[in-house]
Amino acid sequence: MSDPTRMTAAALADALASGDLSSEQITRAHLDRIQGVDEQVGAYLHVAGESALAEAREIDDRRAKGEDLHRLAGVPIAVKDVMTTTGMPTTAGSKMLEGWVPPYDATIVAKLKAAGLPILGKTNMDEFAMGSSTEHSAYGLTRNPWDLERIPGGSGGGSSAAVASWQAPLATGTDTGGSIRQPAALTGSVGVKPTYGGVSRYGMIAMASSLDQGGPCARTVLDTALLHEVMAGHDPLDSTSIDQPVPDVVGAAQRADVKGLRIGIVKELTGEGFSPLVQARFDESVQHLVDAGAEVVEVSCPNFVHALGAYYLIMPSEASSNLARFDAMRYGLRVSPDGIDAPSAEQVMAASRDAGFGDEVKRRIILGTYALSSGYYDAYYGSAQKVRRLIADDFAAAFGSADVLVSPTAPTTAFRFGDKTDDPMAMYRGDIATIPANLAGVPGMSLPSGLAEDGLPAGFQILAPAMADDRLYTVGAALEQRLVSAWGGHLLEQAPELAITKGA
Amino acid sequence: MATTTTDDVLGYDEALTTFDPVMGLEVHVELGTRTKMFCGCATEFGAEPNTQVCPVCLGLPGALPVVNEIGVESAIRMGLALNCSIAQWCRFARKNYFYPDMPKNFQTSQYDEPIAFDGYLDVEIPAATGEGTEIFRVEIERAHMEEDTGKSLHVGGATGRIQGAEYSLVDFNRAGIPLIEIVTRPIAGAGERAPEVAKAFVGALRDLLRSLEVSDLKMEQGSMRCDVNLSLRAKAGDDPTSPEQLAVPLGTRSETKNVNSLRSVERAVRYEVCRHAAVLTSGGSVLQETRHWHEDTGVTTSGREKSDADDYRYFPEPDLVPVAPSREWVEELRSALPEPPALRRKRLLGEWGFSGLEMRDVINAGAIELIEATVAAGAKAQSARKWWLAEPSRRANTEGVDLATYAEQVGITPEHVAELESLIVAGRLNDKMARQVLEGVLDGEGAPTVVADARGLELVQDDGALEAAVDTVIAANPDVADKIRGGKVQAAGALIGQVMKEMKGQADADKARAIILTKLGVEG
Repeated sequence: MSDPTRMTAAALADALASGDLSSEQITRAHLDRIQGVDEQVGAYLHVAGESALAEAREIDDRRAKGEDLHRLAGVPIAVKDVMTTTGMPTTAGSKMLEGWVPPYDATIVAKLKAAGLPILGKTNMDEFAMGSSTEHSAYGLTRNPWDLERIPGGSGGGSSAAVASWQAPLATGTDTGGSIRQPAALTGSVGVKPTYGGVSRYGMIAMASSLDQGGPCARTVLDTALLHEVMAGHDPLDSTSIDQPVPDVVGAAQRADVKGLRIGIVKELTGEGFSPLVQARFDESVQHLVDAGAEVVEVSCPNFVHALGAYYLIMPSEASSNLARFDAMRYGLRVSPDGIDAPSAEQVMAASRDAGFGDEVKRRIILGTYALSSGYYDAYYGSAQKVRRLIADDFAAAFGSADVLVSPTAPTTAFRFGDKTDDPMAMYRGDIATIPANLAGVPGMSLPSGLAEDGLPAGFQILAPAMADDRLYTVGAALEQRLVSAWGGHLLEQAPELAITKGA
Repeated sequence: MATTTTDDVLGYDEALTTFDPVMGLEVHVELGTRTKMFCGCATEFGAEPNTQVCPVCLGLPGALPVVNEIGVESAIRMGLALNCSIAQWCRFARKNYFYPDMPKNFQTSQYDEPIAFDGYLDVEIPAATGEGTEIFRVEIERAHMEEDTGKSLHVGGATGRIQGAEYSLVDFNRAGIPLIEIVTRPIAGAGERAPEVAKAFVGALRDLLRSLEVSDLKMEQGSMRCDVNLSLRAKAGDDPTSPEQLAVPLGTRSETKNVNSLRSVERAVRYEVCRHAAVLTSGGSVLQETRHWHEDTGVTTSGREKSDADDYRYFPEPDLVPVAPSREWVEELRSALPEPPALRRKRLLGEWGFSGLEMRDVINAGAIELIEATVAAGAKAQSARKWWLAEPSRRANTEGVDLATYAEQVGITPEHVAELESLIVAGRLNDKMARQVLEGVLDGEGAPTVVADARGLELVQDDGALEAAVDTVIAANPDVADKIRGGKVQAAGALIGQVMKEMKGQADADKARAIILTKLGVEG
């Protein structure tokens, strides 16, 4: 039997079903891998070895008794630290929540537990999911397994780096402007932002409520679909959750058929601003889809050029309000201001927020507070909402002539640490291709398209109409089949081997 | 800066010679829903602190709200009862400000899209002529849905306010309880009757909402809270409703918070009129500020200064979907509304044949529903009124509770009163015995028949015994008997009294009278 950490979730599920592997073996192998390499990668903020093994043994017991189990039961998973977990700290990458153990599970986490997936631990992220590099975590860097001097993307750099460095077969993510898809692209893994409302947000610590969406991270399209199916579905605890059946994403991934499908290339998301080698991998991928029987059309979404501006008004506005609850009164960090005897509640709030929030978080709170202020609301938040409407209209028109839209996921491959920390605008521009989907609420996938300059992975993005998430998987799986056969194996097998520094 | 110094005030009548008051009332009503507005927590009043809380109403990271449908339904019914239009589509909005007892540091409320708007409530006030009453129409700007905050308890200070307190405790049981805020348009044209109009409006609103059964409306428990906005403008003639007067621009307003009884509403308006007038006549200008009402001393003191620059950064609540009540639903709710209290009173007044004075007593005693149910149980309206307003009403007053509450406490029902009445009609009890039976019922001895049986209260039905008693009394009072024989029939009263005494009160007085007159050869 091969190393469980190198197997797909689907293969692990088969091995569990056939009795070739136990969940305890699989879980232990991943914990060993984490112990061996995570000191270099920094994907995890918290490793829950004991509870993961206990959950694994429980699944093994239930399987031995002949219980009817979920297909993924016993396959371990990593959870982004933005989702609340009982019995484990949940910090959202912020000092503000250091040591906070929530009294309730996020709906996603409850579903993972109900399906029997042992939770390996919590993954690193930009503080409150604000960033595209995971450099804004209060707890240190996560490194890109392809090049430890480079960022893994963000905000979900921890989850994507974990799956890309074989420290977990599956991980959860959240995507507000690209936080699942962009790290997937930069680490050579797969990630999906489902239709807004497709996955419950209950228990996901909110950045921007109207944009946030939880989704799956994995190494293959089928694994991503298997996890998507577990996470998705209507939740009465989330008013914005859609009360409709989950699209058949697993069936779609297995079908992998694009014959006669119309693939729309978004004019505004190619060419200028995209690195030539990223563009080259994109063009090859489109050709693969044509070879598989798809038809290519060019579509124009003229308002996408305004997407970044609208996003950076709506997101901070909602975030400034969502983050107001971190006031040191009921939970989290509490700091007394220097030199004040018997400070008032307001003084403690101010001192705690000053000490607990990082620069990027403060930047966005200030931006959002300003944009919502009376006298500025119409010009900023109001206009941004109008742009949002126009972008949704662009999508509707484009989906009139194409079944899915495609683009490179990010304009470039992973940059080096510190390259953009002093230039927030340059960092924000990296989200240009992913943001429109969040503004319109449509689903999107990123999967590897190959290696670009410096031997680093590039991502291919697929977008579909709302509640047609299954189309992402049909197209993604068809492309993946052809690319993997062209590469002679998964792209991640070309990644440099990490040294084992501890244990194992 | 807060101050507790006593403000100068002008006499009310003097103030009204120069100024015309304009009011705006904001009334917060806590809905009586079983669960909170955005989560499933219980809403019971008086529970141990922080026992009716969950991740949602504590504002824990990641928690999300879900709208209470009953809360929306109550809001729509209140809007309809206030003659408002109901929004076809509206959203919740976040009102952002920091306060320790507000878990999310924003209040989920409604801003420019209230569920109900453009209505009115007609209230009855003493007529300007001084005789009878007249209708004054108060226009409703809006009624919107929102959630209550937690409650702070400031410990260690002298006043119970935050200033000077050593520490504060917060109880989040109240956080998330559904509130409806009802906002009037500026109420102008009331002139010197402004305090009465304010009181009448809050009273009429309470009656109306009570008839809808959406809230227990206990002002003393804070389930109905009133903010009074008041400003003065120069008086332009004697008619406060004249076009000239209404054209005078409004003055700067003060907002007196948490005025929590009908009487206080009236007093607070009166006080603020006098205070504003003193400021203005001395050449000062009124500060736009919130004021605290002091029930004990009947004055307001300065709270915090408030200006139009207060910025709550409202924006549509992205965690909730819009509320879009179907027209069918709204019409269904409209057709199921109870009869408005004012119309109902008018109708019952006609049906019952009470005088205006009697009806006023009934209303003041809060006995309408009890009388209505007693009549439904078979009693005559006048008898029902007489019995409820006698001993039960007196005891309720002594206990300091309203009549309905008292009746519930001691277990007397409209059926009991109807039964009492039927015992009198059947000739089993006389008036005096009925009073004793009623006391027995109030003392918890059971239903009227049970009490009468247990206390042995029953008119003697044996005519032989009665005739014997009459004979005895006539024999003992020959002078009186002669007078009656001589035509002074009214003198029979003295003999009836003696017969009753002879019979230990258990005689039917009418029957005794008839026998006396027959025996003395006089026809009654």
